Amino acid sequence: MEQILANGVYLGAQYAMIALGLTLIFALMNVLNFAHGQMYVLGGFVTYTFYGQMGWPFVVALAMSCITLAILGALVERFLFAPVIKRSTRDESTMLLAAAIAFFLDAVVLLVFGEKQRGVPKIVDGVFNYDFRLIMPYDRILICGLAILSIVTFILFMQYSKTGRALRALAQDRTAAQLMGVNVDRYSMVGFALGAMLAGLVGGLLVTITGVNLGMGGPTSIKAFMMVMIGGAGVISGAIAGGVILGFMEAIGLAVLSQYGDITYLLIFVSLMIFLAIRPQGLMGKPWG
Amino acid sequence: MKRRTLVKASVAAVVAASMQISTAWAENPVLKIGFVGVTSGPAAAWGISNQRSMEARAAWLNEIGGYTIGGTTYDIEIVSFDDQKDPKRAIAGMEKMAQEGIHYVVGPNVDDGAAAVRPVAEANGIMYFPYAFPKELYTAPASNAILGMVANYQSGPAIYKYLMEEKGVKTAAFIAANESDPLSQRDGGVAAATALGIEVVSDSVTYQVDTTDFTPVLTPIMRTRPDLLVLSGVSPANAPQLIRSARELGFQGVISTETAQDASVLREGAGDLANGFISVGGASTPELASDAMREFVERYTTMFGEYNDESNTKVYALEYILETLKANPAALTDVDAFQTTMDTFEAPNPYMVGDAKLRYVGMSSFGQKRQVSVPLVVNVYQDGAFETLFVAQVD
Repeated sequence: MEQILANGVYLGAQYAMIALGLTLIFALMNVLNFAHGQMYVLGGFVTYTFYGQMGWPFVVALAMSCITLAILGALVERFLFAPVIKRSTRDESTMLLAAAIAFFLDAVVLLVFGEKQRGVPKIVDGVFNYDFRLIMPYDRILICGLAILSIVTFILFMQYSKTGRALRALAQDRTAAQLMGVNVDRYSMVGFALGAMLAGLVGGLLVTITGVNLGMGGPTSIKAFMMVMIGGAGVISGAIAGGVILGFMEAIGLAVLSQYGDITYLLIFVSLMIFLAIRPQGLMGKPWG
Repeated sequence: MKRRTLVKASVAAVVAASMQISTAWAENPVLKIGFVGVTSGPAAAWGISNQRSMEARAAWLNEIGGYTIGGTTYDIEIVSFDDQKDPKRAIAGMEKMAQEGIHYVVGPNVDDGAAAVRPVAEANGIMYFPYAFPKELYTAPASNAILGMVANYQSGPAIYKYLMEEKGVKTAAFIAANESDPLSQRDGGVAAATALGIEVVSDSVTYQVDTTDFTPVLTPIMRTRPDLLVLSGVSPANAPQLIRSARELGFQGVISTETAQDASVLREGAGDLANGFISVGGASTPELASDAMREFVERYTTMFGEYNDESNTKVYALEYILETLKANPAALTDVDAFQTTMDTFEAPNPYMVGDAKLRYVGMSSFGQKRQVSVPLVVNVYQDGAFETLFVAQVD
């Protein structure tokens, strides 16, 4: 039981971080960013390059991932999403654009970093072992702690900073925020950059545990969408709840159902379908959006 | 006016230059060889190593003037199609090859794709070289598929026997991704291990192919405390994470697989924790590799920036196609002639030292020669590189 709880907390923390950026972008711009997984992968590769290849300190490499993805996110919003949103009111325009960016980033990653799985040296050696009832490598404990710290920092930033308040206003009512003097174009770009930066941050953190490869983007996006749908699209607390719920469901399923083969995700998807049929807006979302 | 003249002159220059390029390309007729396999998604490494091996070898041949078959020298062109590991797309890829008049295709990389393209290949006169293990693909009445590597039911028993005798392995646990290839390899491995007298203590644990953290997946297996952990059909992307998680969970037994792996990926992903990991390798161990193999590795590395150890095996398919066509030029457009030639075909193996031969095998496993003969090299990973444990041949 201790092991299941620990695995649940660890998986939940990393999943919540992945979902945060996605739901932030959706809340601000009503954009389903299919390229979120690819941004996560790119963040992993940036940390891999600076920490794993060039030998820079891990913290600096992590900062490079955040900066790179923030810049990429800002550019993508400024030159791609913003013009499309201004010219087209159809949701599928931005969805297609996001899908195209995902394919583009996949191609860039293949060209620059190759097709192989990449990994970096462990940031902390050793394994915590409590009488073989709870086994957790120290690097996972550290990454879990950093993920929780990042989530708390993000919540405080959104709650108390001027930028955070502006972003929340934008998410609640774009027109009203504009009438109150919020520079909508600027904060849309800042929000998108922040969402992409979160993807880069989690990619950089998790490359120390899971490594990174070209093909991780798509499945990561799918999991992120699942978490967002569980918690409620566009709701920050919902994304965190969705991540934690998915993490615990996965940890419990893998431990309890292992002798029946890989039915954990089958049951998770079935549960999600039933849940969405009953509450399509998710746990914390509003039926009107 | 001057501006218009300048534009006209530029256009004329571009047209002339492109005509020159076309003329240069058209010096030799082109022989197209196809590739249908997975070059995107989590298993991209499998197909990309195929495609790049073919492209590196084709570029090499073209650079030295082309490849002569029946008195005509051809430039080799590789036509690639990413099937995304989706059988429907694999069929579309094979149909595209048929439309382009291609008779020889390398791939697909996985079981369901290889099975799906069989009707298209047989109806359109295409010989194809899958990296998939189901025996029905290679056993009569199937005729057009040729296994491009050593199958797990050929390498598995050899590895388990070695581990029983040398490492005292008595119990084994199997883990596989929840996909057709790894699951069928797991079932084959369990049968082989049981037949040898190894007690299988766990064979039901599987994982999603996109899993990135294997600690929760492996925890139930670790409780069974096996001597041997077999990673059935594991992809190079997942192997280091599985090894790392197993070792961190306290597993001290032997870990093995029957798929080919990459030393640099293991080093980066698992470091010293991968020491002692046993896998099936290719023919470029220092003891076996010829000068041609070393030059291939060098050219591949120059062309793509980094070598992939899996290409040690995957370089062979194109070589077999070209050498067999050279042995019987009628096979250029007639795959029946190719099949007839396969029964007696033999040519020097350029990638191995000594008097090794390229020849088709598979009589024991399939009842007909539908497998390329590549050495069964069993490796152990140690401190960043593979060391050869033993070498065997498939008959």
